[in-house]
Amino acid sequence: MRYSLFNVIVNGLTKNRYAERAWRDPEPKPEYDVVVVGGGGHGLATAYYLAKNHGLHNVAVVEKGWIGSGNAGRNTTIFRSNYLLPGNEPFYEWSVKLWEGLEQELNYNVMASQRGIVNLIHSDAQRDAYARRGNAMRLAGADSELLDVAQVRALAPFLDFDNARFPIKGGLLQARAGTARHDAVVWGYARGADLFGVDILQNCEVMGFLRGADGAVKGIETARGTIKAKKVALAVAGSSSRLAQRLGLRLPIESLVLQAFVSEGIKPLVPGVVTFGAGHFYISQSDKGGLVFGGDLDGYNSYAQRGNLPVIEDVLEGGMAVMPLIGRLRLLRQWAGLCDMSMDGSPIIDIGPLPGLYLNAGWSYGGFKATPASGWCFAHTIACDAPHPLTAAMRLDRFRTGHVIDEKGVGAQPNLH
Amino acid sequence: MLIACPYCGARDAHEFAYRGDASPVRPDPAASDAAERFHDYVYLRDNPAGAHSEFWYHAAGCRRWIEVERDTVTHAIRSTRFADERRRA
Ligand SMILES: Cc1cc2nc3c(=O)[nH]c(=O)nc-3n(C[C@H](O)[C@H](O)[C@H](O)COP(=O)(O)OP(=O)(O)OC[C@H]3O[C@@H](n4cnc5c(N)ncnc54)[C@H](O)[C@@H]3O)c2cc1C
Ligand SMILES: [Zn+2]
Repeated sequence: MRYSLFNVIVNGLTKNRYAERAWRDPEPKPEYDVVVVGGGGHGLATAYYLAKNHGLHNVAVVEKGWIGSGNAGRNTTIFRSNYLLPGNEPFYEWSVKLWEGLEQELNYNVMASQRGIVNLIHSDAQRDAYARRGNAMRLAGADSELLDVAQVRALAPFLDFDNARFPIKGGLLQARAGTARHDAVVWGYARGADLFGVDILQNCEVMGFLRGADGAVKGIETARGTIKAKKVALAVAGSSSRLAQRLGLRLPIESLVLQAFVSEGIKPLVPGVVTFGAGHFYISQSDKGGLVFGGDLDGYNSYAQRGNLPVIEDVLEGGMAVMPLIGRLRLLRQWAGLCDMSMDGSPIIDIGPLPGLYLNAGWSYGGFKATPASGWCFAHTIACDAPHPLTAAMRLDRFRTGHVIDEKGVGAQPNLH
Repeated sequence: MLIACPYCGARDAHEFAYRGDASPVRPDPAASDAAERFHDYVYLRDNPAGAHSEFWYHAAGCRRWIEVERDTVTHAIRSTRFADERRRA
């Protein structure tokens, strides 16, 4: 069924009594051409584009809980393409382009809102760095604009401009960046994939793998039985190492938690996304009025899926330094998600490292924005058994060959967090 | 989270800088397969959900490196010792 103004109104008036399910709840088939493990945004987008772009319809997405119960449902919803390096920027820009058309593509309201992001500048060196970044973005076809103080003041007059330690001297604006309703992105891709015949199998935890004599991956053992597959694709965010371990693999990844926060709802105040470059704090306002913000990872290996107090203190200090008025607001909720942190901070999309296996991992704290392009490029990788040109630099062997994607400019090292 | 520094006693984790997994052992650079071993040593991790041996540097205290055995799911700390005790052991 296609959603339209007419049936939205009818279903609203009849309290959804006659509404159709947005996707089926099928029993697992014994075998699929492709099984995608992980029902987050990336897994579902991958399945959608496998069907849409590559004509593969005998596909399942298996999810241990309910779809969107991982990071897809707990991030701060920001999408942007203000990256620097050639291995990254064109990929993220393609993602922004897909965000721009996603609602029409999926016939689903994902509430994508291009409200803009401004990275604050606090020093001359930072201005130079952002000017360079802005130029790199433009070279890749993205938009960017270097703002002076007056322009930032006009956008966000509530910031502390004359802070003695971190005075605000300007900003780098990407006007086409924005936010989207994260759950709706998951549901939209799920519905779209389902319409192409993809089976979405929830409460279906992958516990092990079927292996051939040569070590090739030939299927999965799940809570709902054994499922054979010609190709098995992992997109399990912070659980990548745990699943890789069941295949005897070690990955260049550590798992850390990232926290996020939301305040009580207030009237419209923050027009877009603002990031405090000197302290690592970022903030936006949800459509319900709550201020949504976050900062650093918790800084040490953790599967706890809850945050620790020192980082809460650190994030709030950062917030108070740049935007003192948030001290007047009550914090409503705080939560944390499990993030893969790769050793150079950049993602991994690749074939292998075992025959029959495909890997989508290492998204750190920045993978929500990548959801459409990640699905697009991963589907290509799986269907064609070749890397997509946009993710050709994101392969696993870059750590072996020395071609790491060092976006943060701090050198390739673990302990990046 | 409190970390029991063998010198300073129990201190807030905030005083420490995390220095990562303590299990990788630096390979012999003269070994014939040194390049491959350095790749594993620098980049690959077990990344367990459970017991994890790791380094913490007591930056705001005695400034010594501590080896901590911590559970990455519960954050319970089983043991702490000076990192150089391992070398002596
Ligand atoms: C607090 C926070 C804020 C963030 N903010 C942003 C942001 O503003 N912008 C941005 O771009 N990114 C952000 N991110 C990062 C982003 O959310 C992730 O990088 C991205 O969602 C990861 O891809 P995914 O959506 O597929 O992961 P997930 O949604 O986590 O999907 C993985 C799925 O795999 C499932 N799974 C795991 N193990 C198994 C198994 N054994 N069997 C079956 N299923 C399994 C999980 O249940 C989960 O549903 C944030 C992350 C966090 C935690
Ligand atoms: Zn000490």
